Amino acid sequence: MSAPLPQPIVSARDLRILFPTRDGLETVKAVDGVAFDVAQGETFGIIGESGSGKTTIGRALVSLIAPSDGTILHGGTDLRTLSRSRFREWRRAYQIIFQDPNAALNPRRRILDSVTEPLEVAGSGDAASRRRIALEMLAHVGLSDEIAARFPHQLSGGQKQRVNIARVLTLRPKLIVCDESVAALDVSIRGDILNLFADLQREFGLTYVFITHDISVVSHISDRVAVTYLGKFMELGRTEDVIDHPLHPYTQALLSAEPKPVPSALRDDRRIILSGEIPSPISPPSGCRFRTRCPAAQALCAEHEPDWRELTQGHHVACHFATLQGPPAPNKTAQGET
Amino acid sequence: MSAVGLAEAPRAVAINTQPLLRVSGLGIGFRVGQTRWEATRDISFSLKSGERVGVVGESGCGKSITGLALLGLLPGSADVSGEIIFDGKNLRDLPSRQMRTIRGRDIAMIFQEPMSALDPVFTIGDQISEAWRTHFPTQRVEARERALAALSDVGIPAPARRYDEYPHQLSGGMRQRVMIAMALICEPKLLVADEPTTALDVTVQAQIIDLLRALSERKGAALIFITHDLGVVAEICTRVLTMYAGEIVEDAAVEDVLIRPRHPYTSGLLRSLPGTAARRTKLPSIPGRVPSPANMPTGCRFRPRCPHSIDGCEAEQAMIAPSSTHLARCWRSPELNLPGAVSA
Repeated sequence: MSAPLPQPIVSARDLRILFPTRDGLETVKAVDGVAFDVAQGETFGIIGESGSGKTTIGRALVSLIAPSDGTILHGGTDLRTLSRSRFREWRRAYQIIFQDPNAALNPRRRILDSVTEPLEVAGSGDAASRRRIALEMLAHVGLSDEIAARFPHQLSGGQKQRVNIARVLTLRPKLIVCDESVAALDVSIRGDILNLFADLQREFGLTYVFITHDISVVSHISDRVAVTYLGKFMELGRTEDVIDHPLHPYTQALLSAEPKPVPSALRDDRRIILSGEIPSPISPPSGCRFRTRCPAAQALCAEHEPDWRELTQGHHVACHFATLQGPPAPNKTAQGET
Repeated sequence: MSAVGLAEAPRAVAINTQPLLRVSGLGIGFRVGQTRWEATRDISFSLKSGERVGVVGESGCGKSITGLALLGLLPGSADVSGEIIFDGKNLRDLPSRQMRTIRGRDIAMIFQEPMSALDPVFTIGDQISEAWRTHFPTQRVEARERALAALSDVGIPAPARRYDEYPHQLSGGMRQRVMIAMALICEPKLLVADEPTTALDVTVQAQIIDLLRALSERKGAALIFITHDLGVVAEICTRVLTMYAGEIVEDAAVEDVLIRPRHPYTSGLLRSLPGTAARRTKLPSIPGRVPSPANMPTGCRFRPRCPHSIDGCEAEQAMIAPSSTHLARCWRSPELNLPGAVSA
């Protein structure tokens, strides 16, 4: 999975997405220059905290938000160059599944009606064929015909999320963006849905962009992982490289902050507790935007924005001081280590 | 430890010094028409000062309602049985007037969503000092001093400035710190925290976990930490209670449970964590879901989902002691060798 295929299914170049603040006086830089390719058939994970821009990137990938600057190519095509009808047809191949399985289903419609809706909107087939496809996709996600006749309130959270998955599958997408799609589920059910995503990927040759704040989820299912902070990528590489040998101090801190079900006597890593919270994306810090919370920040970090460096094949990092050995050592005065 | 009689088992483990809290046989039900829906049954555990206990289980297992019962915050329609002995008093016998003097002062609670627990039209300072003035009728000046000290205790920078700000001016992590300051201002003996970090980012969650652990160590307060996240429990708690379908099914030290759980449900929860399995392999899961009070299985309530159920599991299950430090509501627990999150 490390070498992307010649034609990525989706590629972003210098992607920027800006929003005006409510009073219109300032600009929120939600995504401030990211570039990546997603290869056919891979699972591309994006992790980050709230306010890192990960959801905005996901929405832009499925044309729910237009880039303010830069480009997104879908199979080599910039969708903005297409006519309205071609665009509507083309974007069907790129779907998204959201976090809250309740909010995505109309409480007054039966499950079957919700699942056939995308096909109706697409104007595809007749009612009988739409119904057949919907039932077939419900079966693929492990739901019986009997469930199809029910209303959302009669289903559990896990079942509802399965319905949402069946619903996007009806359009036979190539790429599905999963935005915190398992975050609202109980642990026991989360495993089931992650297994289902993996099965469907094999069955339909799907490509996923998996957006989450949960490192254990992203490292379980992704082939590659990007770490976002304040609208930029800090690190990008194969899951094994990023999770087992992180290069950026932020990745290292995120990994150590993740609560692990391990008794204290068996822990080998020292916890790095970052102080403070993610700064405002209206005026991100100068130079490296992580420097205000970085335990290894130097004077240089405030002056120059780090380059996006490829330290080993396919493993990129934006840090002046990262080496092949890993992130720079924390400053002596750095606080908060336990 | 020699063989323990089934009936005495829970007590044998829990009491070696005078407990701060002893809950016994707590049952909570709700009457709807002619039917009584049972939310919890026979909840029994004790807690010493300074002990930090995690309460884990899936949604609908009765964790939150048990927490609310400890503070006397159940709705009037609840039908409650059993005892809650706190500091020598049975809280269930106390008139609501007296309960109000305990709630917030000796027992405090932190909720999951700090925004809905703070009043948007009052300043942070007003709300924190009110928590003090409710129990200690003092001068405003003194209450202000207390509130400022509480804000700095929970690591809020520039407390004097924050004092006059409104909840919407604070980030999620800061609001949760305010909730903790409010809960701790009267130096309670017991703090009940219901998913206090679930809505927070991991880096902020790590800060709040460290803060709660340090405060409990420094002030000797006991902590009941309700969560669905066993990783968080491992970070902060000394003991775990696993709840399933309204019952406690396991009670043991955190270290023991993570390595060798004694109830198949706890083992299933630990094994379904994505961090425990090898990458891109199938995650073990627990088939089915928590039964609703309307179709509660007879005998062991976990039986329909349990990979280890055999003839005999349809009998009512008591808490037994498979080892001297461990309680489990599973008659097979002494013979089962269940996997945990890590092997020793």
